[in-house]
Amino acid sequence: MAIESEVLVIGGGLGGLTSALAAAREGADVRLVSYKQSTLRQASGLVDVLGYTPDGDGPLTDPYEAIPTLPAEHPYRKVGVQTVRDALSLFDDAVPTYEGDHTDANALLPTHGGSIKPTARYPAGASAGLASDTRDTLLVGIEEMVDFDAPHVAAHLDATGVPFDVRGETIRFPGDLRADAKVTRYAKLLDTNSEVAVRGRMVPAREALAQRVNPLLEDEQRVGFPAILGDDNPGAIRDALSDHLGVDVFEVPMGPPSLPGLRLEDALFAALDEAGASIETGNPVVDFEGEDRIEKVFIEKNGARIPNSADQYVLATGGFVGKGVESDREGVYEPVFDCHVPHAADRYDWFEGELFGDHEFARYGVATDDDLRPLDASDDREFENLRAAGSVLGGYDFAAEKSGSGVSIATGYAAGQRAAQEAR
Amino acid sequence: MGPTPHIAVIGGGSTGAGIARDLAMRGLDVTLVEQGNLTHGTTGRMHGLLHSGGRYAVSDQASATECIEENRVLRDIASHCVEMTGGLFVKRPEDSEEYFQKKLSGCEECGIPAEVVSGEEARAMEPHLAKDIDKAISVPDGAIDPFRLVVANAASAQEHGARIETHSKVTDLLVESGEVVGIEVEHDSGPGKRVHGTEGGTEQIRADYVVNATGAWAGRIGDMAGLDIEVRPSKGVMTIMNIRQVDTVINRCRPKGDADIVVPHETTAILGTTDEEVEDPEDYPEEQWEVDMMIDTLSELIPMLDEARTIRSFWGVRPLYEPPDVGSDDPTDITRDFFLLDHDERDDLPGMTSIVGGKFTTYRMMGEQIADHVCGKFGIDADCRTADVPLPGSEDFSVLRDYMDEFGLRSPIGRRSVERLGSRADEVLNTDGPNPTVCECEGVTRAEIQDAIEGSGSDLNAVRIRTRASMGNCQGGFCSHRMASELHSEYDEPVVREAWDELLQERWKGQRHALWGEQLSQAALNYALHATTQNRDQDPADGDPVDFSAFDSGRGQTGGSVDSADVAADGGTNGY
Repeated sequence: MAIESEVLVIGGGLGGLTSALAAAREGADVRLVSYKQSTLRQASGLVDVLGYTPDGDGPLTDPYEAIPTLPAEHPYRKVGVQTVRDALSLFDDAVPTYEGDHTDANALLPTHGGSIKPTARYPAGASAGLASDTRDTLLVGIEEMVDFDAPHVAAHLDATGVPFDVRGETIRFPGDLRADAKVTRYAKLLDTNSEVAVRGRMVPAREALAQRVNPLLEDEQRVGFPAILGDDNPGAIRDALSDHLGVDVFEVPMGPPSLPGLRLEDALFAALDEAGASIETGNPVVDFEGEDRIEKVFIEKNGARIPNSADQYVLATGGFVGKGVESDREGVYEPVFDCHVPHAADRYDWFEGELFGDHEFARYGVATDDDLRPLDASDDREFENLRAAGSVLGGYDFAAEKSGSGVSIATGYAAGQRAAQEAR
Repeated sequence: MGPTPHIAVIGGGSTGAGIARDLAMRGLDVTLVEQGNLTHGTTGRMHGLLHSGGRYAVSDQASATECIEENRVLRDIASHCVEMTGGLFVKRPEDSEEYFQKKLSGCEECGIPAEVVSGEEARAMEPHLAKDIDKAISVPDGAIDPFRLVVANAASAQEHGARIETHSKVTDLLVESGEVVGIEVEHDSGPGKRVHGTEGGTEQIRADYVVNATGAWAGRIGDMAGLDIEVRPSKGVMTIMNIRQVDTVINRCRPKGDADIVVPHETTAILGTTDEEVEDPEDYPEEQWEVDMMIDTLSELIPMLDEARTIRSFWGVRPLYEPPDVGSDDPTDITRDFFLLDHDERDDLPGMTSIVGGKFTTYRMMGEQIADHVCGKFGIDADCRTADVPLPGSEDFSVLRDYMDEFGLRSPIGRRSVERLGSRADEVLNTDGPNPTVCECEGVTRAEIQDAIEGSGSDLNAVRIRTRASMGNCQGGFCSHRMASELHSEYDEPVVREAWDELLQERWKGQRHALWGEQLSQAALNYALHATTQNRDQDPADGDPVDFSAFDSGRGQTGGSVDSADVAADGGTNGY
């Protein structure tokens, strides 16, 4: 006897979580299974919709305007502009700590290397750092943290032409953390606001941090830190620092492990839980049964194969990074259902000689019909009841376009909603 | 004796650096010029085998004897560059017993300690060897870091007064009255340490004697004075695995052939190689079949290689030379011996000698003979001391004690730093500020990066070869921006950005040959981190000006978008 649900979503990243949420809100009985930690911990936590066209035009002010001009195989073209908007509304509703929904215009956010990038939604913690905001800015780096060198970031930001003055200063983080402490250690110390010794006196960590920054502040109206300001209580930490410093405080998104990415993952899991979906993490889907329709999938758990059956399935296992698409010396494949992944026969055609060249591998993934159902080599549906969402989809280069989160949310939304409607 | 002769040495590989050190230690005035980084040509593109001589024990016993002698010398003077892994010549059932016996007796004849071990014993040493390996000969092969070795030789030369110029390409030989009197160089970014974005210039360096130690490029230099130096460049591929499948050098015991060696190297293992003549040492095809052959053929010795992760491949060119009257068709037939071409004797052009052919393991011996030759020209009677005086970093290798507590470094990072730095560990790691890890794959800390920057300017590839930072699994995906930031205290932002781009591109170059499986996943992640998270592919600092006012400047902030966009027309579901 299999574990049954109406909609089974495979994958716990942005695409899978949005699929499951959309399906659950549509009233379906939803189950989400995911294996490893999602790639959200490696992502900045920003929600990009479309920053550049495939030809490299941009940064785009209005991402929605450009969508109809994208190539026909692009996932946005399969779902259409209105679905992208509807999907973002679902996201805005599910994750109220994000901003950017007051305008269709993209925002420009500073990156931890000092460049700026266009994005559509950003965590509240990053909102005071927008590059179009003209307030002068102080960036504060931590001496022990090699991922964010504030003077270097400030100089690089200045070179991008930002409309404000920006300066970087480096401090010792209070509390004697090890030189190679993980970002979560910094976050934890601020979350708990534990007392730390400052010149022989015990001071709560948030206050101690502000004390280190205060003397460095000149006439800047905002202060940016690397994204380490708490895991559980980021809002409270920012408020406390703002109070102590008398200016707005923001975080600059960082590379992995990314606290904003982890916070976003937590927020979406919470929303999904609230919507009543079943969630199972930590176990892989290893096999399935079915010919034209998927009858059941098998989840490996402590060596046992647990059958799970559903009416409709959503494949949201990610791309090369999330291992939803894999490769060997002979070719590229999708490992769960062995869906067809179009790719060049010669692996030396998968990439270009330049680091940021027009790499084919960046667009590899399953091809689908307009209903997001994966297609085989003859353009027939692989399975009647399987849809795909997120980075497992081919036909777009999310890194070059800055469209990763937007495609995951839009296709996740469409796949989840349609799966639920069909299951009912 | 008159004034000190000034010798210009062209070529910053092992040979050139070895010659420069030797001459400088004998009191001569030396300038070494190198067109790229130290090790740029052949030395930086090899598998880093410290030969026991076993490889040549049948085909070329003179070379084999030299190898074992120099093997012993380098263990003494360059202990911080050497890992004595030991080596095995393994015999598969289809390989000839006769050759195995020849190899064994050849080793004995050349004074190479060699011992036969059974298949079981070999597998006890190296559990991943194929089950059907018959037996093996154990020899004292080792691994040596060619980058560290050359840098140490150059540093020693510098300590003895030599001038070292990298990124300085020789554009002409100065010939006056039928004699070579110097060189003309084009400095990529001005003389001294390389700084990106600095305008270079041409410099004439007059010298009493010129030594052409440019290996596969020797013919190019010769052309500048109308000399005919017939170097036959031969390419070989090397494929780097992400872990050490073996801890011993594994050679296949058969006469000659492609893909017959695996050298464990730091955290990696290097598979090699091929031997194929090419026209141009800088421009030759790098092909998929060569990589595939490394994996497929060496899997016969170590089956797990077939499924293992490779992180990149690179090609090197051997500077093979054969005297004009021999005429071999096959590059594998050409001797690995070296030749000293005195252009006065050979071509009636005094003032220059070229050195061609030779092997990395015997670089010091070559240096000694060239230095003897040069000193002879000037009637200088000075002893060679390079076999006795340790290189900087290897003066007192007893310092390889546990530095972890002393420098607050966790294992294995502390241990690895000290292994790399040898006796320089104290000097480099003893810093005032915190010393966090910059490159996690290779365990390289800020102090080591800063020390390398001090030695090499803004060139992050030079920092890389001095420290190994960005040479591990992630191939710079996680650390290249951190390395760039370490430049910032001393260099301006545009200089840093250019150095950063150059490192990223260099790391990509070799990785392209490993783009399947895990490494393709890694490449996709690196691409996402640089392009998505950092927007480095469309960095506005490198591009057109951005109209900031057209973008979102935040809810409630005065600024372009609030005026131009329809504020919260969708109802502003978030609230604030």
